[in-house]
Amino acid sequence: MAAKVIYEKSRGLKDNPLTYCPGCSHGTIHKLVAESLVELDVLERTIAVAPVGCSVLAYNYFNCDGIQAAHGRAPAVATGIKRVCPDKIVFAYQGDGDLASIGTAEIIHAAHRGENFTVIFVNNAIYGMTGGQMAPTTLINQKTTTSPYGRFEETTGKPLLVSEMLATIPGAAYIERVSVHDHAHILKAKRAIKKAFEYQVEGKGFCMVEVLAACPIGWNVLPVDSMKFVRDQMMPYYPLGVYKDRANIGGKGGAL
Amino acid sequence: MVFSGFGGQGILVLGEVVATIAMKKGKHVTWIPSYGAEMRGGTANCAVIISDRVIGSPMVQSDIDILCAMNKPSVDKFLPKVKDGGLVLVNSSIVKDDFSAICEKVNVLEIDATNIAVEIGNPRVANMVMLAGFIKKTGLFTLENITEVLYERFGGARSKDLIPLNVKAIERGLE
Amino acid sequence: MSKKVLMKGNEVIAEAAIQAGCKAFFGYPITPQNEIPEYMSAHIERRNGIFVQAESEVAAINMCYGAAATGARVMTSSSSPGMALKQEGISYMSGADLPVLMVNVSRCGPGLGGILPAQGDYFMATRGGGNGDYRTPVFAPAYIQECSDLVFHSFDIAEKYRTPVMILLDGMLGQMMEPVEIRPTPPIEADKSWVVDGNTDKRPPNIVNSLSLLGDVLEQQNLIRFEKYAEIERTECMVENTVKDGDEIAVVAYGVPARIVSNAIEELSAEGIRAGLIRPITLWPFPYDVFQNLPASVKHVLVAELSMGQMVEDVKLGVNGKYPVHFYGRCGGMVFDPSEIADKVREIIKGHTPAEPVPRNGKPSDRCTKHTKGGAQ
Repeated sequence: MAAKVIYEKSRGLKDNPLTYCPGCSHGTIHKLVAESLVELDVLERTIAVAPVGCSVLAYNYFNCDGIQAAHGRAPAVATGIKRVCPDKIVFAYQGDGDLASIGTAEIIHAAHRGENFTVIFVNNAIYGMTGGQMAPTTLINQKTTTSPYGRFEETTGKPLLVSEMLATIPGAAYIERVSVHDHAHILKAKRAIKKAFEYQVEGKGFCMVEVLAACPIGWNVLPVDSMKFVRDQMMPYYPLGVYKDRANIGGKGGAL
Repeated sequence: MVFSGFGGQGILVLGEVVATIAMKKGKHVTWIPSYGAEMRGGTANCAVIISDRVIGSPMVQSDIDILCAMNKPSVDKFLPKVKDGGLVLVNSSIVKDDFSAICEKVNVLEIDATNIAVEIGNPRVANMVMLAGFIKKTGLFTLENITEVLYERFGGARSKDLIPLNVKAIERGLE
Repeated sequence: MSKKVLMKGNEVIAEAAIQAGCKAFFGYPITPQNEIPEYMSAHIERRNGIFVQAESEVAAINMCYGAAATGARVMTSSSSPGMALKQEGISYMSGADLPVLMVNVSRCGPGLGGILPAQGDYFMATRGGGNGDYRTPVFAPAYIQECSDLVFHSFDIAEKYRTPVMILLDGMLGQMMEPVEIRPTPPIEADKSWVVDGNTDKRPPNIVNSLSLLGDVLEQQNLIRFEKYAEIERTECMVENTVKDGDEIAVVAYGVPARIVSNAIEELSAEGIRAGLIRPITLWPFPYDVFQNLPASVKHVLVAELSMGQMVEDVKLGVNGKYPVHFYGRCGGMVFDPSEIADKVREIIKGHTPAEPVPRNGKPSDRCTKHTKGGAQ
């Protein structure tokens, strides 16, 4: 009896072993992005932008053209690519240190200009690659290597709500926050990511999907507990949902 | 040579017109404006060099051959730098200085430019009235040369209609 | 009739770039280079190009990084403090071997400084303000015709060697007008097999990258890149040298100040003092060899810069102790006039001025020459 394939690795990913830590959410999110590109039949005309962060090596994993960007500058690099190659599919895959700290100017102005590319924003409330330092998205009282006694609001502010902020920008077409801590949420995240690419194919403008993600090594918890942390600690502060959808407010150019 | 006046008197354009005519006559030319803080001070000036040879420094820091001064600060700033025997064109509608003391050293031509320009309908063509001084005193170029450059430079739909007035200004200046 | 037109240096650079096939321009406003983005915004899109006014110089150079990675001819321009911000991107583009033309219409500093002409960016341009081992070819035009010609040449050099290239000028040249004939040359046929332009249905995926975590791999990449730099040093150096047998002194200057020096040389020759001009057109690679091959009559070398002395260090490397090297500089936006240079030469010839290094016992040194004459502006 011939074997029947019921599941296989997406051809949107190269056959390279992932170097992410055990329990890290990046692998799941990579898979969702790769599947979306294949399902939309755009993989061969896609260019991935991987800036500094844990996902800096993403160009080794996505099976398409790839470019590595300086810390925080992925939206500027993506702007350069997309403006010259408007018929290609361009996405930036950014972490929270990258997008919400050093790259705030670049992300805000890419949204502001309504650049027609897709941003996957992986929010794990910490700087993972550099060893678990405090990010703008770190939760209050969360301990990190640069907030060893917990994050204090008095001196470091409250965690930055990026999706809420970008949704206020007229140029943004689609902003949604999702999570990948369990199967049901992974399926929802997949729909959001695929939609963000569909909108780009249709030329709707700037799309960003914020994905709440786990960093068990950076948080110093077991992988299973890291999923619970996303659900019990992050989701109450970072509510999931659609923050902006141009489909609901008229076509391209629709005002907020 | 140095062209100097208030911002808005068309002083940079005046220099540009002269430089363009010289270029068309096959001369080497440089035109360099004052830029930066001075622009905000309300005075503008540009230096033009015309030469048969490759031009070294584009700056005119001393030994000015021709000074075209449209206001008082321009006279004060650049008159001391005009070389002996040089030509000074002064907008006498605005500058009321008595030049008799220096007439030995430099050749001063007082032109009632702003008043003539107002007479023919627009004070903004005072710069063109000053050009008449160039034609009269230097023989470097003719009214036809200027007209040609004006049509090339300002022949666009929006500014074309203003050219006859500018030409008229030069003609009045020549009278 | 001449085909020449009277144009500003900044506008000539923009127009020449469009004619050279510049596909995309990314910039940010800063005086005194604003005519470049202004001209681009008015003209490049009508000629099938891209203009984006970025949110910052940092973003602009990173947009160049992305656009250059697709194989397009791209360009940015700025002025001194803006170029300082671009150093991140310049280092990344050097590390990723990406071609880009960068124009620095420089002003005086440090810090916000002022907008008047200066040459204090020589170190930043030739040594690189960015991190890591890299070099940047730097062209320094002195004439507006040269601005135009060097734009075509710079794009070719950038693509031939896959490197960022800079044109360094000062505000005088950017703001002044001279007759110019824009003389397009066909772009070189450059290898574009490495680009990331999203065509993986025709070829395997490409990666543009400056990350290399393995020491032996990165060392090898740097060694290969420095073979490229060695080739540039061998073949791309440009210099104007008017020093002739019988000249007592060689005066070294670049950009518009070299033109001021040429006036001084003329003034001196009238009184029998013979001097020649050495005008580096490439600041990197620097024409070191010129200083080992001067006529036997030369006894002194004088460097004149609108800075406190930066290129003078390269001249000393070239001279290598063979001649006394003297320096005359103005800064802060002050521009020396020909008589200042002529006076300095007279001093040197008469032997009154010690060559550097001079004792620095609290007194003004040769380097801090006391100025009695103001420059124009």
